Amino acid sequence: MANPTNLQYTEEHEWLLVDGDNATVGITAYAAEKLGDVVYVELPKVGASITAGTVVGEIESTKSVGELYAPVTGTVTEVNDAVVSSPELVNDDPFGAGWLIKVSFSDVPALLDAAAYTALTGE
Amino acid sequence: MSDSPRYSPLHAVHEALGASFTDFAGFMMPVRYDSDLAEHHAVRTAAGIFDISHMAEIAVTGPDAGAFLDYALAGKLSAINIGQAKYSLLLNEAGGIIDDLVVYRLGEQHWLVVANAGNRFPAVEALNHRTTGFDVNVKDESDATALIAVQGPNALEILKHTVGLELAAEAAVRPEPTLEALKYYWSLPATFLGNPMLIGRTGYTGEDGFELYVDVQHAAVLWNSLMAAGETRGLVPTGLACRDTLRLEAGMPLYGHELNLTTAPVQAGLGKVVALSKEGDFVGRAASEKGVSADAPVLVGLVGEGKRAARADYEVYSGENKVGVVTSGALSPTLEYPVAMAFVDPSVSELGSIVDVDIRGTRLPYTVTALPFYSRKKN
Repeated sequence: MANPTNLQYTEEHEWLLVDGDNATVGITAYAAEKLGDVVYVELPKVGASITAGTVVGEIESTKSVGELYAPVTGTVTEVNDAVVSSPELVNDDPFGAGWLIKVSFSDVPALLDAAAYTALTGE
Repeated sequence: MSDSPRYSPLHAVHEALGASFTDFAGFMMPVRYDSDLAEHHAVRTAAGIFDISHMAEIAVTGPDAGAFLDYALAGKLSAINIGQAKYSLLLNEAGGIIDDLVVYRLGEQHWLVVANAGNRFPAVEALNHRTTGFDVNVKDESDATALIAVQGPNALEILKHTVGLELAAEAAVRPEPTLEALKYYWSLPATFLGNPMLIGRTGYTGEDGFELYVDVQHAAVLWNSLMAAGETRGLVPTGLACRDTLRLEAGMPLYGHELNLTTAPVQAGLGKVVALSKEGDFVGRAASEKGVSADAPVLVGLVGEGKRAARADYEVYSGENKVGVVTSGALSPTLEYPVAMAFVDPSVSELGSIVDVDIRGTRLPYTVTALPFYSRKKN
């Protein structure tokens, strides 16, 4: 699946859709594919303060566990309850309905554009 | 041994099917074609086709082949009938497990030992080392042999409709001369496009199914013929990811997880595989007769609640005391709750005991449960 050019990316395979001070965060199709079928998602609570680079959630597949790293520093404003009840959304639509959290951020580290992320994964 | 990856004779077939690959014992093998879960459910409800050509096939032939295997392995392989198969263990002198094996008897003086890919060389070496004094020939046929497993309730119908696949003439004299009549852990000689091959009613999924040993030259054609027969019978290509969750649900041990060089068979619930009643010495006998200490860890099944799976190497606690370690675990796709196998202290091994598993910093309760977690309904 091509990495959408309107998104930004981290080396930990998250994507961000930035809109002003707010970002929607998910994991990339590459990450979802590597994990296999996602069967359990644990997300931070709304209102939680998160720090860029720290683990804030877990994405488990039948085979392995992926950690969700906070890509930015800020406050969680919304979590995707649909993905908690239907974890397969992460595989089915990683860049869309499989989004994980929304964050109001105060600080953003350097992110990758789609071309740089695609080069990173070699796919 | 070289570090460069090895490839199955079916590699091109898997690439054409869009498989994702993983390194397994030095082989690049399909981990999944599309969805682990869909592949798992296909095996439970219809059928799946696995390439397990990475596994090792070792022929043992000669006048003393039966006596040799009785000495070299933990079971009494001389006692099985032609066509029969038996699960066995290759022990070291200390009674630890070098490998777990399936052994088929193919003739009066001919047995086939099937070893795990990762243990191919230790197994061949141990067998060769034990031949002293026996008129026997040990031949590693792994590189010439492909192995395809068709597993699931529709496996029989698929094999019966596979173009080019016929039972061999000599199958007619067997006690169960047809695929329908073939019992679990028995085999029949067959041909594919006229070339000799072997069909075992064996597997590693907890379902009915067959394993087909064929020469590497005909592996791809056989795979495609099986796929064609399976097209209207729900057959899907299935990778190692679902093979692992299927065998876990079926309570089957995996070498390197439940079995290793320092674990005695009795600890893993395999005491009966060690034939202490057979006459004569065998490697590992003295240690097996001595047994293990009363506080040696034992393998148990664990069942949890919710969706968070205990996984290999996670620690098991009773109160504040560490009482064991998980060897395999997953959210069971069939049962939809977490299942695991773990070695625990005998004090908490009783069925119904509650223990805690440390799941990445959170301790969650698990109940000690009888294995297997899943058994197919027998017709």
